Amino acid sequence: MTTTTEKPAPTKAAKPLPGADFFTVGADIKDTKAPSGPIEQKWSKRKFEAKLVNPANRRKLTVIIVGTGLAGGAAAASLGEAGYNVLNFCYQDSPRRAHSIAAQGGINAAKNYRNDNDSTHRLFYDTVKGGDYRARETNVYRLAEVSANIIDQCVAQGVPFAREYGGLLDNRSFGGVQVQRTFYARGQTGQQLLIGAYQALERQVAAGTVKMHTRHEMLELIVADGRARGIVTRDMVTGQIQSWFADAVVLATGGYGNVFFLSTNAMGCNVTADWRAHRKGAYFGNPCYTQIHPTCIPVHGETQSKLTLMSESLRNDGRIWVPKRAEDCDKDPRQIAEADRDYYLERIYPAFGNLVPRDIASRQAKNMCDEGRGVGPAVKEIGEDGQERQVRRGVYLDFADAISRLGKDGVAARYGNLFDMYAQITGEDPYETPMRIYPAVHYTMGGLWVDYDLSSNVPGLYVTGEANFSDHGANRLGASALMQGLADGYFVLPNTINDYLAGAPFDKLDDTHPAAVEALASVKDRIDKLLAVNGTRTVDSFHKELGHIMWEYCGMERTEAGLIKAIGLIRKLREEFWRDVKVTGVNEDFNQTLERAGRVVDFMELGELMCVDALHRRESCGGHFRAESQTEDGEALRHDDEFLYVAAWEYTGTAQAPVLHKEPLEYNFIELKQRSYK
Amino acid sequence: MNITLRVWRQANASAEGRMVTYQVRDVSPDMSFLEMLDLLNEDLTVKGEEPVAFDHDCREGICGMCGVVINGTAHGRGDSPVPTTTCQLHMRSFEDGATIDVEPWRAGPFPVIKDLAVDRSAFDRIIQAGGFISANTGAAPDAHAAPVGKLKADRAFDAATCIGCGACVAACPNSSAMLFTAAKITHLAMLPQGQPERFLRVKSMLAQHDEEGFGGCTNIGECAEVCPKQIPFDTISQLNRDLISSLFKKDGK
Repeated sequence: MTTTTEKPAPTKAAKPLPGADFFTVGADIKDTKAPSGPIEQKWSKRKFEAKLVNPANRRKLTVIIVGTGLAGGAAAASLGEAGYNVLNFCYQDSPRRAHSIAAQGGINAAKNYRNDNDSTHRLFYDTVKGGDYRARETNVYRLAEVSANIIDQCVAQGVPFAREYGGLLDNRSFGGVQVQRTFYARGQTGQQLLIGAYQALERQVAAGTVKMHTRHEMLELIVADGRARGIVTRDMVTGQIQSWFADAVVLATGGYGNVFFLSTNAMGCNVTADWRAHRKGAYFGNPCYTQIHPTCIPVHGETQSKLTLMSESLRNDGRIWVPKRAEDCDKDPRQIAEADRDYYLERIYPAFGNLVPRDIASRQAKNMCDEGRGVGPAVKEIGEDGQERQVRRGVYLDFADAISRLGKDGVAARYGNLFDMYAQITGEDPYETPMRIYPAVHYTMGGLWVDYDLSSNVPGLYVTGEANFSDHGANRLGASALMQGLADGYFVLPNTINDYLAGAPFDKLDDTHPAAVEALASVKDRIDKLLAVNGTRTVDSFHKELGHIMWEYCGMERTEAGLIKAIGLIRKLREEFWRDVKVTGVNEDFNQTLERAGRVVDFMELGELMCVDALHRRESCGGHFRAESQTEDGEALRHDDEFLYVAAWEYTGTAQAPVLHKEPLEYNFIELKQRSYK
Repeated sequence: MNITLRVWRQANASAEGRMVTYQVRDVSPDMSFLEMLDLLNEDLTVKGEEPVAFDHDCREGICGMCGVVINGTAHGRGDSPVPTTTCQLHMRSFEDGATIDVEPWRAGPFPVIKDLAVDRSAFDRIIQAGGFISANTGAAPDAHAAPVGKLKADRAFDAATCIGCGACVAACPNSSAMLFTAAKITHLAMLPQGQPERFLRVKSMLAQHDEEGFGGCTNIGECAEVCPKQIPFDTISQLNRDLISSLFKKDGK
């Protein structure tokens, strides 16, 4: 635990934190890797001070990378190019399938190609502000600094960014910022960036520096003699449980939005790698920070398996409304007179209207539906009183004004692909009837705690991309997830992991080492237990129930009472799961039910920690509205005096109180401000 | 809606498979095809039977992981009004009471793993053979150093939208992967960055394509018909032109 400071917990915290029965407070922690000095010079200084590994020695060292998305694939390709032996794993059938591929909008970079006063400092400022002042300044500055290199690298790989007739790259503005710094590839930017990284990765596979293991799921971390030295995987085709050893382990396994069951994540996205590492000592940073995206296609019924996002650029021309009267909600929207419509965002926020930030747009949509003024099919829910109820979860996004102003062709030119997607999924024509939208879980800002080098508190365990907590604070700015994944993978990790690997090679390990014996046995035990329950309820039914609990109590709006209730419900659900789950088949087979069961076990444990984290953070911040912390007119109220820190949680055992370690946040280069959109 | 499904069940690569009939009740027209399979699997699980194995992940038509043959066409193109992946096909495309056949991709180089899931790692090996530009991290010039004319940039993009799902192979009577291979050849051949390796690339990728056991292209065009991303059929002409040119060039030129 190299980064934990020795000093005891600060004594000034006389006021007990909310929910103090559910956790204990340990010593503060801090990042010790970012060098001192002006922020513009920190990254250069760190790169110069970091130890190097001689090219001839790199081939003697092995690095495990779990995940093949932007953060994992880019890191595997880059470390392979540098000459390390890389073992790369993914659960899909090909590294090209990682969920980075689904990102639509674009990637930010401080190129200032538009001559509109953009700069590294402005991107840094916008990202810190977008994160509502809960991100670490040093990391964010570096992200902005390397952003320009990412675009150069991707173009060199053949990524077909949008271009103008002069042959140069096009930009657009995105996410409510005032400069045009977003590079894009139609609505498929994530796909094109990932294919670029995938091709670089496959080139290294051909060169023999990267060994690729597809359809392998990491189920345990091996920590030997205080260092992360390997993982245990299950071969998803044969069921073989196997250990792999290395000098360092990198987790690039994405986010955990599927804890809500319904999210915009891929079906397979899971927290297992992160959670297994957490159970082995890695701190989990800000687990309750999730991003809810306002413009998704609403739920059609109880058999819904996932949600689909539509670019929020739709809000540039669409007007959001619900009927003024609940009895109008099942009418054809075209028959509802103008005077009977409530354009609620324009009413409440006249200055920003339909372009208010994501969290506000999302929360107000929920409020309208809670009032009974939602539209579309009614969906079964369990209310706070434990009773089933039918609620319409949707609001209209209406393009009638835009069509009369721009013409149907003009609207099609801007949003044609999104309209087609909507029509294909819902069977409705959005040129004729208003779209229906509702918020959905999209991204998780929380993740394993890392320092400036992207090292967790477990020596030799590095975490990149969405899997770590680092750069987005309490809310992520649009078009910056792709930027972070590639920054970590191409430019940060390859320059910081050397500093650790300079101390390698470490002792050779094999399956007889006690740490490996323990890890292998725990994986096999868990699988045996899952197969032995032989109850009556399906894995998905538990996952859906967990999702309902999380969405109701740990979603857009949270209360102390609700979160305490959720913790109790999750504990009860976990107990029932281990008593009554039905997992068919055997381990030694392609068994998708068994895969999902293992993931749901970890989601249930994570869900509880998320509720504890949300409970203790009694402030409204970023994407989260805490009912007990609002201004007189009902807007989010942050408490910098109490909560200006990263909450890094230490695992102590299932259903045992976790330990909270605070990393105080210092703002030396940006002034703290309260957001206002009225 | 109530649906009768006839699904290919095969325990593993070496086992014999067969079509098995199931009834699926209470299907909503708004469900995706995969959500309908979820419903079947929930029902099978409760009964203690093995659920049907099928590959899927993003369920928004971009990752390329899903893909089955529905009523004889890849991704159910024959039942869908628009080009689609299996995950974006919705049950409103079918009649209440319909009988639907569901089979895996059938091609020698795509062996069945279980039920509807197949092994498509041959595609990764075709990319390994040269489907990339050799540009190590950190070695890139400024992104504006080489402008790309809009028409070429758009043509590169159209080809680059391939999701590697394998529908083209499943649809081809020759089990050819030419549309997949040609998409990558065309994407990189249109860009200035792709020129140095252009003619070596086409030879290497095609050699790997043949090595994997995919058949030759006889210009039938089924591949482009079922392609969810509408990769243009004339990318194969581009591949052929580049291949012929490559015969007159030494490697590396």
